[in-house]
Amino acid sequence: MSKRVQAEAVSAWFGDHQAVADVTLTIEPKQVTALIGPSGCGKSTFIRTLNRMHEAVVGARMSGRVLLDDDDVYAPGVDPTAVRRTIGMVFQRPNPFPTMSVAGNVASGLKFGDQRPARREMAGIVERALTQAGLWDEVKDRLDKPGASLSGGQQQRLCIARAIAVEPEVLLMDEPCSALDPVSTLVIEDLIAELKDRYTVVIVTHNMQQAARVSDVTAFFNLSGAGEPGRLVEVGRTAKIFTRPDDERTEAYVTGRFG
Amino acid sequence: MTVHSAHALGRSHFTRRRAANTIAAAAMTVALIAALVPLLAVIGYTVSRGAGALSAGFFTHSMRGVADRDPGGGAYHAIVGTLEQVGLATAMSVPAGLLVAVYLVEYGSGRLAALVRFVIDVMTGVPSIVAGLFVYAFWVLALHKGYSGLAAAFALSVLMLPVVVRASEEMLKLVPDELREASYALGIPRYRTVLRVVLPAASAGLTTAVMLAVARVTGETAPLLLTAFGFDAINPNAFKGPQSSLPLFVFRQVSSPYAPAVQRAWAGALTLIGVVLGLTVVARVLTRRSRLVA
Repeated sequence: MSKRVQAEAVSAWFGDHQAVADVTLTIEPKQVTALIGPSGCGKSTFIRTLNRMHEAVVGARMSGRVLLDDDDVYAPGVDPTAVRRTIGMVFQRPNPFPTMSVAGNVASGLKFGDQRPARREMAGIVERALTQAGLWDEVKDRLDKPGASLSGGQQQRLCIARAIAVEPEVLLMDEPCSALDPVSTLVIEDLIAELKDRYTVVIVTHNMQQAARVSDVTAFFNLSGAGEPGRLVEVGRTAKIFTRPDDERTEAYVTGRFG
Repeated sequence: MTVHSAHALGRSHFTRRRAANTIAAAAMTVALIAALVPLLAVIGYTVSRGAGALSAGFFTHSMRGVADRDPGGGAYHAIVGTLEQVGLATAMSVPAGLLVAVYLVEYGSGRLAALVRFVIDVMTGVPSIVAGLFVYAFWVLALHKGYSGLAAAFALSVLMLPVVVRASEEMLKLVPDELREASYALGIPRYRTVLRVVLPAASAGLTTAVMLAVARVTGETAPLLLTAFGFDAINPNAFKGPQSSLPLFVFRQVSSPYAPAVQRAWAGALTLIGVVLGLTVVARVLTRRSRLVA
């Protein structure tokens, strides 16, 4: 199911402004890779280059290569919608489709995507995705209620269910807990620990405790000054990054001396 | 001491702020009344003058064979004309207008979009009589098609199109980009994102946009004089021959010196207000029902 993601010399721009410079990083399957670093260091922009969401922004461009196992995500003729289907994404703020029900939200990626399953299979897929997202027991009696009627934490798990219903290989999470309360955050963190059995999980977080709790590998991004592009400083096992990092900037950041 | 002086300072600011608040609130109340009075006066006066002439007969009879000084007659032919002309104009301008708005918000960038916006702005400024003259010269005269409800619908759709585009453009812009991103991230192609996510999310606003445009043209009189021309009898065929409409009916009746005709004009005006109000209510109910699509 899950695949390895390799970024080779990835740089990204918004117009003339370079947001990410020369990031080379291998993300291993079936584990959680956390990207940490101060605001504006390009973590979010970097993961958006992995599933070709970066180019959806007007004026945005990138250079470098992204490999999904052996396939070049940016090779000519590759359909960006197919890439995004294979590499799913969960955003900072829960964003369920307001016009769709709970079940409709989960089914949306399949119903409006390119390979639409038969109607009778849909109910099973919806149940499976909601169960995996740890939401089934809470919503099974109100599948036809609007997705926006759920609480914030439930909405975020609904968005996770929606992302995994299309059965991606990789799941990118862009600060998935930053808009949630501590209890909902804990629920999502537990969920992330379960998701890594099936998917390659990448999580961007501002919360270092969260990175320490949920991830196996941590990558530290930094920028040398305002307006400068973000760069990858160091990557390694999470325990190592948080206890004896090789780079002094990493140590300064994880011990709370800046950022 | 410092506590005391800070307190005194705070109080003087508080008094000033409260005075400013009172003045601003009073100004807003006056503005609200100034805006409401003419509106209520127009509706109230129309009801008081027109309600007396409303009867079952008014909605079931035309003006065929009814002289200005005679009581009786009705606006049936005009109601049919208005519904057909506005219906045709809506059928022509709403799909086109929505497509233009979707292009501008979801796809358009650079010179072509700027050009389209400019043309739409110019169209907004076209006086309604000019739209009527254009259809009169081109369709009625040059192509020898003659007067018809369809010609009126052409003129009305010229007036409707920019309103539909501009209003729906604003509504589509209100749909948060987060929803588009959520959809793209699921591997949903762009056109289906527009059809299945953006348009449904904006449906209530788009209905308002369409109703705004319908209400805008339902009361148009000038372009209809040159295109539908007006007719005292019932002509249910919008594609052939002159046709009446409620504004034309009102114009025709109120031009007469006789009291029964003038009363019919007021009844026609009241009917016109009722038609627009009715369409708005129906549209609102429809969007409320379709808001949740599973």
